[in-house]
Amino acid sequence: MQTVFSVPKVMKKDFKFTFCPGCDHGVAMRLVAEIIDELDLKEKTICSSAIGCSVFIYDFLNIDCIEAPHGRACASATGVKRANPDKFVFTYQGDGDFASIGWAESMHTALRGEKVSAICINNTTYGMTGGQHGPTTLMGQVTTTSPFGRNKEYYGYPIKMAEHIALCDGTAFSARVALDSIPHINQAKQALKKAFEVQLQGLGFGFVEILSSCPTNWHMTPKQAHDRVRDEMIPVFPLGIFKDVTAE
Amino acid sequence: MISDKKVLIKGNYAIAQAAINAGCQCYFGYPITPQTEIGEYLSAKMPELGRGYVCAESELGAINMVVGASATGVKAMTSSSSCAIALMQEALSYAYSDELPAVVVNVMRAGPGLGYVYPAQGDYNQAVYGGGNGDYKIIVLAPSTVQECIDYTYRAFYLAQKYRNPVMLLADGLLGQMMEPACFGEYPYPEVDVSSWALKGAKGRDGKAIYSCARDEQEHIRKIERLFAKFELIAENETSYEEDLTKDADIVLTAFGSMTRNIKAATRALREKGIKAGWFRPITLSPFPTKRIYELAKEGKDFVVVEMNMGQMFKDVKYAINGEAHVDLINRPCGEWLSVEEIVSSVEKIMGGKYANCI
Repeated sequence: MQTVFSVPKVMKKDFKFTFCPGCDHGVAMRLVAEIIDELDLKEKTICSSAIGCSVFIYDFLNIDCIEAPHGRACASATGVKRANPDKFVFTYQGDGDFASIGWAESMHTALRGEKVSAICINNTTYGMTGGQHGPTTLMGQVTTTSPFGRNKEYYGYPIKMAEHIALCDGTAFSARVALDSIPHINQAKQALKKAFEVQLQGLGFGFVEILSSCPTNWHMTPKQAHDRVRDEMIPVFPLGIFKDVTAE
Repeated sequence: MISDKKVLIKGNYAIAQAAINAGCQCYFGYPITPQTEIGEYLSAKMPELGRGYVCAESELGAINMVVGASATGVKAMTSSSSCAIALMQEALSYAYSDELPAVVVNVMRAGPGLGYVYPAQGDYNQAVYGGGNGDYKIIVLAPSTVQECIDYTYRAFYLAQKYRNPVMLLADGLLGQMMEPACFGEYPYPEVDVSSWALKGAKGRDGKAIYSCARDEQEHIRKIERLFAKFELIAENETSYEEDLTKDADIVLTAFGSMTRNIKAATRALREKGIKAGWFRPITLSPFPTKRIYELAKEGKDFVVVEMNMGQMFKDVKYAINGEAHVDLINRPCGEWLSVEEIVSSVEKIMGGKYANCI
């Protein structure tokens, strides 16, 4: 019998799956796990995890992990990498963590060209606390703290992380991907792999922003949530590679 | 600079060089007066030695870089001052819960808020009781001379690794900026084996996660109790203090950090005037030498606490005395250090029965 599909080796076998039905965190973590396997990184990986739904990465991946305080994953990753230049270091954060409370740490880690990789799940809301307005909330979007919808007078505008990070001279790779369809998932995996490889090649900071669904806090079915990623998020947050020093 | 010869050196440079001698592999910092020379010194030395140095984007960045580096078992340090140490309190609570050997230097300035750059001792509460959340305790060492800046920096790195607990060196602007003869010698402590817990990649073993997130109520309670039991062990093994002339003393002058210098001189001056004075100074502010102060109080000695704040250590001394003796306070919130003459005249008033701040 031929095995055509299996759990990545680096995924734990005994975890309780804690994500909501239809949430894209599971897909994103699986992609990370597949690449760790393919690049044979498990034994040299140290993850700097964040606060929010992303915090539980150490429940799913059988790797070394330090849980950074909220917003500080890139700073903590900098410390890990400077102390251990031979290790593979990545962060796994949400948009609130990376782009709101931790924007200074994230931006400066890119500006310093730290040889770490950062992954940011953008689901336009604070998921773990129950769906509040965040840095990526779309214009007009109703959340528990924007009950009349995001408007520019009260809330300003959503941040475009991948474009900002691409502007930093220390960034080697910056891309935005989505997980709403099979082609997009395949592109996401290619981008994540590239963000890992630029670190391994010592080229600088690698960044991938992943547009993800949050059916629970969007009050949608998983199918509706993926349709929203396609119809509402991608037009505002265009997919693509915004910087790739290996292609220049 | 490892030598038995005495050198004339500024406190901040002494701390920086002592960190290098102690094997500090990574320094992360952000400028703030009166400690900026620590970062300046290390920005030149660490790259030469092939060690890590980052001029961080903020104190939040700096302390969390220390969190990351020390989670891998590496000796890491940051330094700052007062209002900026305030920014690091969240991470200190995490580092305690994560059992990380972080070393933090606070060269105190005057607060609250921005305050000013002249010396003060207003961060006793911040250091000893912490500004972070939850039940946690860090080890706090308070040097009084440039020589002690060196000696206690060595001890800070050792204790941090030995007990996997954050350690703060609580100096002040006076010490940071003054030059004194001091001798570095060699780092006098053994290296601690960190291999059982340090994150180095899951090579030939399962992955390890270091986190403070509580997953189970009972497990959380057991963890806090275990960490407090650990700190009791630290208190038993590491509580340290110095005292002199206390044996026949009627009154014991008590101070921490660089004010220790003035209570020593004031004690001599009082003795010359025929007043039976002694002096006592905690070296570890946390754990605090509560037991020894209680013993002295039980022997009938009154206490006077001399400090450059509104009476922060005073409360701990009063707690230690537990009603067994009088305790009085001679203080100024910041600025010009209380002089020996001021201390002597205040003690004379107190001895005359005028308890200005009598409790």
